Amino acid sequence: MAKSEESAAGAALLQVDDLQVEFVTRDGVARAVNGVSYSVGAGETLAVLGESGSGKSVTAQAVMGILDMPPGRITGGRVLYRGQDLLTMPEEQRRRIRGRKIAMIFQDALSALNPVFSVGWQLGEVFRVHEGMSKKDSLRRAVELMDRVRIPAAAQRVNDYPHQFSGGMRQRIMIAMALALEPDLIIADEPTTALDVTVQAQVMDLLAELQAEYNMGLILITHDLGVVADVADKIAVMYAGRIVETAPVHELYAGPAHPYTKGLLRSIPRLDQKGQDLYAIKGLPPSLLHIPDGCAFNPRCERAADRCRAELPLLQAVLDEDGADLPGRRSACHFWKETLHG
Amino acid sequence: MAEPILEVRNLVKYFPLTQGVLFKRQIGAVQAVDGISFELHKGETLGIVGESGCGKSTLAKVLMSLERATAGEVLFKGEEISRLKGAALKAVRRNIQMVFQDPYTSLNPRMTVGDIIGEPFEIHPEVAPKGDRRKAVQDLLDVVGLNPEYINRYPHQFSGGQRQRIGIARGLALKPEIIICDEPVSALDVSVQAQVINLLEQLQGEFDLSYMFIAHDLSIVRHISDRVGVMYLGKMVEIGSDEQIYEHATHPYTQALLSAVPVPDPTGREGRERIILSGDIPSPANPPSGCRFRTRCWKAEERCSTELPLLAVPSLEGPAAHESACHFAAEREVEQSAA
Amino acid sequence: MTDDKTTTTPVSGKVVPQQRKDRTPAAGSAEPAIKVVKEWQEVWHRFAANKLALVGLVLVVGLLLTAVFAPLIAPHDPLKQDLMNTLKPPSGEHLFGTDILGRDQLSRVIYGSRIAVIVGVVSIVLTLLIGVVLGAIAGYYGRFYDTLTMRVADVFFAFPLLIGAIIIITVTGRGVWPVVLSLAIFGWATVARLLRSSVLSAREMDYVHAARALGAGHARVILRHILPNSIAPVVIYGTFNVGTAVVAEASLSYLGVGVSPEVPEWGNMLAAGRGFIGVYDYMWTLPSLAVVLTSLGFIFVGDGVRDALDPKLR
Repeated sequence: MAKSEESAAGAALLQVDDLQVEFVTRDGVARAVNGVSYSVGAGETLAVLGESGSGKSVTAQAVMGILDMPPGRITGGRVLYRGQDLLTMPEEQRRRIRGRKIAMIFQDALSALNPVFSVGWQLGEVFRVHEGMSKKDSLRRAVELMDRVRIPAAAQRVNDYPHQFSGGMRQRIMIAMALALEPDLIIADEPTTALDVTVQAQVMDLLAELQAEYNMGLILITHDLGVVADVADKIAVMYAGRIVETAPVHELYAGPAHPYTKGLLRSIPRLDQKGQDLYAIKGLPPSLLHIPDGCAFNPRCERAADRCRAELPLLQAVLDEDGADLPGRRSACHFWKETLHG
Repeated sequence: MAEPILEVRNLVKYFPLTQGVLFKRQIGAVQAVDGISFELHKGETLGIVGESGCGKSTLAKVLMSLERATAGEVLFKGEEISRLKGAALKAVRRNIQMVFQDPYTSLNPRMTVGDIIGEPFEIHPEVAPKGDRRKAVQDLLDVVGLNPEYINRYPHQFSGGQRQRIGIARGLALKPEIIICDEPVSALDVSVQAQVINLLEQLQGEFDLSYMFIAHDLSIVRHISDRVGVMYLGKMVEIGSDEQIYEHATHPYTQALLSAVPVPDPTGREGRERIILSGDIPSPANPPSGCRFRTRCWKAEERCSTELPLLAVPSLEGPAAHESACHFAAEREVEQSAA
Repeated sequence: MTDDKTTTTPVSGKVVPQQRKDRTPAAGSAEPAIKVVKEWQEVWHRFAANKLALVGLVLVVGLLLTAVFAPLIAPHDPLKQDLMNTLKPPSGEHLFGTDILGRDQLSRVIYGSRIAVIVGVVSIVLTLLIGVVLGAIAGYYGRFYDTLTMRVADVFFAFPLLIGAIIIITVTGRGVWPVVLSLAIFGWATVARLLRSSVLSAREMDYVHAARALGAGHARVILRHILPNSIAPVVIYGTFNVGTAVVAEASLSYLGVGVSPEVPEWGNMLAAGRGFIGVYDYMWTLPSLAVVLTSLGFIFVGDGVRDALDPKLR
């Protein structure tokens, strides 16, 4: 916990500021990200929690500069890495930051690795390209990296191809690749969703250990409330392209200040609910082509009033019962007070 | 407890591995399901959990007669059904239906919802006379909470959760007694999962269904199941009531699985003791000798590699006394921390 | 996507049937109702978005109309010889001149479209028929049927079409139907391979498992579930290849193994014009143009059909 306070005091490693992303589709313009702001510091883990279509992955792609444009386009906002705006800097300069300072881990390690090259060659490529290393040296570094992410018998397996590894091992290779140049920040997009529970535990364990060792910032994009509770320092909950709530992890689980977060937490099966209906948020997440007016969550919200249908709630400070500011807590709900304290 | 409606005895399913272009010869076999026995009782929900490659989906396919069993028996109300063919097989299919994992591939994209839900009646005309079919389909849509006017729409016009409801309606059409649910909510958004789970529970009461509920989400399985079986590499390693499995697991694999599940509550996470298994699940084409879990087990001894532990009740007291396939079956010392 | 059914209040125990009315979705929905678009409308929409395909469609429809109404369009009898007026260059009377026997070139090209349509369309239909049946059997039943069909297909695939056709026509004699037959015999293998691979993937879809779990027989599974979802590549291939078949048929006739030389047919006309290249160029340009436009027309249409049917573009 000490480390998150520390980084909050220092300058943010990465700061996303009012980011807006659209997609032009045949059926109209999909507003995938509508003014998202978050920040993460060194050694800190920010979990971006959301369902499919919430914009959590699109935000990360825009930050990494790997968004498909077209159909996507960034229509506003800034992405500051150590104070420099990545969106306006020349591509040449940005490329030096991507991979070297900010690395990404994807959900599907099989499709993220090239099937026709050995993993050693692909890991070594990073050093050949970025550091002009010789073939032999780069392979030696590849073995070191594979050892680092605890792939058994790395020296023997360095010439194997991606399909010869299991899902968990492939994800380790992805992590090794991300770590190669010792970045400051790792963005992990659903890194363990495709893995089995016992393997997921191994991979998350490894990721946390490496993060602590290198004092990296970590943005963990996921829909899994369990994984978030395990590793996050702070959380940003996304819905329909907006952040609806941010909070330090313990406070979010103890008392959510947005009805969507509250609904998600309530829908987790609990022991005392056996034989009863689960709590379910009614309805479906909206299509990004037709985001409801006012608060995007209002058609599904139990607390929705006329105001929620007319007026878009902005992220605002959340106060405790005595009216004191709760640091790091924001909610985009007109009725955050009732939701948190009611 | 009610009488068993489905009995599975020593069920085996091997997939041969072949080599050769014109003349195929067998060079081995994937031992997907290797000697599984259990009972499903009337009106109960039996959860089956396990990781990929454990054989749970193959088990479902064999029970559905989508794959032929290599050996063993499946008894529906005392009648052996795993070797039936033709009309007899078709007749017995009315009693066991399935809900699939992926609502995007489980509905034919070129058929309307009405055709999809009505197809069971075309195949089994005796269930609903021709004139009543449209009405029957609309009733089914109503039962699963969809607007009966959607009958002429195509699957791509629905969301994942709604598609899963269509799949459930199709499964209900023949008024089966057993429904096998293979990961029915794992492809759905978190906020929609609870809706479908609730629907399944409501239908169970309404139609007196028995469920076999296959999933990897342990908290959902616990919520819906009366009993739970844990599979590893083609074997059932432990089976018991939900409380016996979740609170008093005696098999090391079950214990590791439960401790690996991330708990959606950060309270006390630093002090949480977690079993991190080493290594990967071995290939079912070449499983370890003796106990299949021994290569990843911290309790493994010489005996485990030579002697296959049978699924039996160990001599333990209280709720720990339930079927477990481990030579050293015992409850874990520390407090179980699974949801 | 309107409202999904929901339960917000935890109800202990099981729901009783009387509560069923509550399950009908509420009237007001969160989102606008879905436009119900008929599938063929959507297919046409995607086809029409391809401008070249529309050009191709005009060419193909033109060809079909020409073939059907040949007797009305043709200014002369294509078979009538006029030995007083042989090898006349284009004139008011004979817009595209006359051939070595004084027959009207334009009328022969117009009548030639009939052979092109019959051979092109019938041979492709026959090719698809054989290929689809064998490909579906190979893909669906697998094992022995698969091995057998695919090895036989390999043989036909490897055999050069023209040589094969010459052998067949040597046995059967010349004529339209031997040509059609040869094209089908040496064309089905590609179709069978295409269909087999798409059946293999469709066969593993859960909706096929679901149909089998309901007790559906093989015929229903294949005709209702597998073929409708695997036929698209074959239809695309077929459309593309009508033009190829027309070209192949013209080639056979040109080589003297197609239809009889007196029949008004483009390949025959090309063969007749072969000796006059650089002298009487009108003898070969018009039939060539007919072959090229027909072939292009079907290729353009095929392109549009692919856009319309290929699920990857959806």
